[in-house]
Amino acid sequence: MTYDATFRVWRGDAEGGDLQTFTVEVNEGEVVLDIIHRLQATQAGDLAVRWNCKAGKCGSCSAEINGRPRLMCMTRMSTFGEDETVTVTPMRAFPVIRDLVTDVSFNYEKAAQIPAFTPRPREKDGNHRMQQVDVERSQEFRKCIECFLCQDTCHVIRDHEENKAAFAGPRFLIRLAELDMHPLDVVDRRDAAQDEFGLGYCNITKCCSEVCPEGIHLTDNGIIPLKERVVDRKFDPLTWLGSKISRRPRD
Amino acid sequence: MELEKHEYDVVVVGAGGAGLRAAIEAHESGARTAVVCKSLLGKAHTVMAEGGIAAAMANLYPEDNWRVHFRDTMRGGKMLNHWRMAQLHAQEAPDRVRELEDWGALFDRTPDGLISQRDFGGHRYARLAHVGDRTGLELIRTLQQRTVALGIDVYMECTVTRLLTGPTGDGGAGGDRAITGAFGYWRESGRFIAWQAPSVVLATGGIGKSYKVTSNSWEYTGDGHSLALQAGATLVNMEFVQFHPTGMVWPPSVRGILVTESVRGDGGILKNSAGNRFMFDYIPDFFRKETAETEAEADRWYDDKKNNRRPPELLPRDEVARAINSEVKAGRGTPHGGVYLDIASRRSPEYIRKRLPSMYHQFKELAEVDITKEPMEVGPTCHYVMGGVEVDPDTEAGRLPGLFAAGEVAGGMHGSNRLGGNSLSDLLVFGRRAGQAAAEHARGRAGRVELPDDALADAGRAALAPFEREGGENPYTVQHDLQQTMHDLVGIIRTAPEMEQALERIAALKERVANLSVEGHRQYNPGWHLALDLPHMLTVSECIARAALEREESRGGHTRDDFPTADPEWGKRNLICSLAPDGSVALTRQPLPQMPAELAEIFEEVS
Repeated sequence: MTYDATFRVWRGDAEGGDLQTFTVEVNEGEVVLDIIHRLQATQAGDLAVRWNCKAGKCGSCSAEINGRPRLMCMTRMSTFGEDETVTVTPMRAFPVIRDLVTDVSFNYEKAAQIPAFTPRPREKDGNHRMQQVDVERSQEFRKCIECFLCQDTCHVIRDHEENKAAFAGPRFLIRLAELDMHPLDVVDRRDAAQDEFGLGYCNITKCCSEVCPEGIHLTDNGIIPLKERVVDRKFDPLTWLGSKISRRPRD
Repeated sequence: MELEKHEYDVVVVGAGGAGLRAAIEAHESGARTAVVCKSLLGKAHTVMAEGGIAAAMANLYPEDNWRVHFRDTMRGGKMLNHWRMAQLHAQEAPDRVRELEDWGALFDRTPDGLISQRDFGGHRYARLAHVGDRTGLELIRTLQQRTVALGIDVYMECTVTRLLTGPTGDGGAGGDRAITGAFGYWRESGRFIAWQAPSVVLATGGIGKSYKVTSNSWEYTGDGHSLALQAGATLVNMEFVQFHPTGMVWPPSVRGILVTESVRGDGGILKNSAGNRFMFDYIPDFFRKETAETEAEADRWYDDKKNNRRPPELLPRDEVARAINSEVKAGRGTPHGGVYLDIASRRSPEYIRKRLPSMYHQFKELAEVDITKEPMEVGPTCHYVMGGVEVDPDTEAGRLPGLFAAGEVAGGMHGSNRLGGNSLSDLLVFGRRAGQAAAEHARGRAGRVELPDDALADAGRAALAPFEREGGENPYTVQHDLQQTMHDLVGIIRTAPEMEQALERIAALKERVANLSVEGHRQYNPGWHLALDLPHMLTVSECIARAALEREESRGGHTRDDFPTADPEWGKRNLICSLAPDGSVALTRQPLPQMPAELAEIFEEVS
């Protein structure tokens, strides 16, 4: 059950770094994050790594394991052969701070730019009434744990730093979709989605959906419907005319 | 010394539910507000809360109201709760939940379109507003998005190492010192930072990381408890630590991770290795009148609460945790030292996946167990500390002008045992009140606080000390030994000789901490961060052990093998921890606040 694994872990900072090789004990049932913690406790006390819940709920321990964007806490060691070398590197789409920790401030900047949720007034008795089926569409996107693995894998920004200014990334496109489908929200963010957050850059290769640890269908349930709604608005002459002659909130 | 300085009216330490709710309120009250948090925004431990927010909204049971919630809360805490906090909490929780909807939260709905409510241990009616089993995530994301929308300054990945105090100048209450700000470091760069502010709200959460088996993350080092104590405030009832009955027990690396009480609220039952539904053997007299006597009655209760009583699986957490502990000790445990939690044989796979999606995912991914087909193996895990900073119930002000505390770091609200679901509501109700009072306090003291250079230099020197020492011990080893000590000697069942031994070991650990050294440099160095957290963990562990040794009775989250019953005399007393001049923990006994007659009547009117 217990064996010694070979781990290669990227160590360094903004100036540069390289993969360091460790031989480290692995026990039954462990995940990659356990092994990183064992390295900290026994061989590399200053090995930098972010983590919190260790149960796939907070989205802190994102990294690339054998090149795949993954949560370290949800990657079981039993998915690798005992003689297989496990390589752990920081997320590539973001600048490295140190070792496995990257500067994810890009995401917080984009989040702050999205026009805030704005509800319709409450009903007379002080409640909001919504049907379960109507809240479920947005609830899917609110499952997001903000691990930013979708951002990391998205080819629009993964190797194209220059696109970051014009493209918010899948995480924030589904945030826009979530608000668009939110039964209480009254703001129309369709123009902003296209013009400020770069919805058009996405060519729906679905890489984001593939790496999502929460199983959110980012592309099928979020981005594609949002694209459709943007197109409706842009090219439907009736919608265009309507938007010119009255300023009613939609729905 | 290189130091970045900022000036605010209110600085909130911690960005979980209580911290963000306090910051929102302080900001909306007109205070210049900052939030300081050890992790990235949105990662706080609140995301781990699964079941829901307890609030007597009466969306499913019109019979429910704040008086019933108040009564359930007090009885769950074995009457040691501060009555005024329990009252405010029960009265205000429904409004705090509704306002989350105005900020974007999307709770599960009733057929009428209202917020749905689920059953939980110790609550008479289905009362928990929820989103599947990821309610904490919904709460944190909603408050995070509100915080961002309001443009509140957030200092992420920043650790506060010291609260700063200065002369009050007006001889006000609480002696002659008052809060003047806080000192800390950026985790990323290791550089120092200080905030000058007349009000500091502590919202730092709990202490679970001092225990070996815990549902808590690395952040739960008791730093807020310890900072408050060092600054001159007091802690109340630190002996009461909640062991959640159902943590994962297998595989070892996930031992302690929470399995939500919703599994039982939604129909799950506990069985021992002989297949017996053992909770019927552990119904205490205190709850006998409201607990089902037969399996048939318990099963009927889910659909008909009027004519049936609650299943014993939904007794308060302290009762269930002790029962599981006894079953395992009696040799009726599972192969991995837990008991079985079975929902697979009781509900359809579709229902389980819909109601408990993250439990389904967690067991599938981490333990290779399909909870729609097999029972889970579970056992007690250190989950929550009822004890905390002693506060004024209405304002959350500590016994030091300018210091406020809300959420898990504050004490009093939950008495000797917290009911499930009452934590998220506690965060909202008292986070808001703390933010309001902190803003109010700051208005009176604006421009009258200073940060003297010598205090800042001293805080800086203390933070860098682990780098100065060479050849000392590794902080991870010391942490491991502390966790083992608390697990073995101040755990779920306690005895005087064991706790005396724990105190000796804690004293030895203190010496080791004073001598440990760290490798590397200041930039994002987890070894250094841990070295600075350890003194907090030791202080809090000492408080728990001392108070637990002093309280010679069993009540709620404090069980003494040598004093196995509740003692009415102890039921009238709180234990207060303060820091003696030599740095040791001093204990004083303090009478419980007297509940007014109109509230005392509630315990007679609701059966």
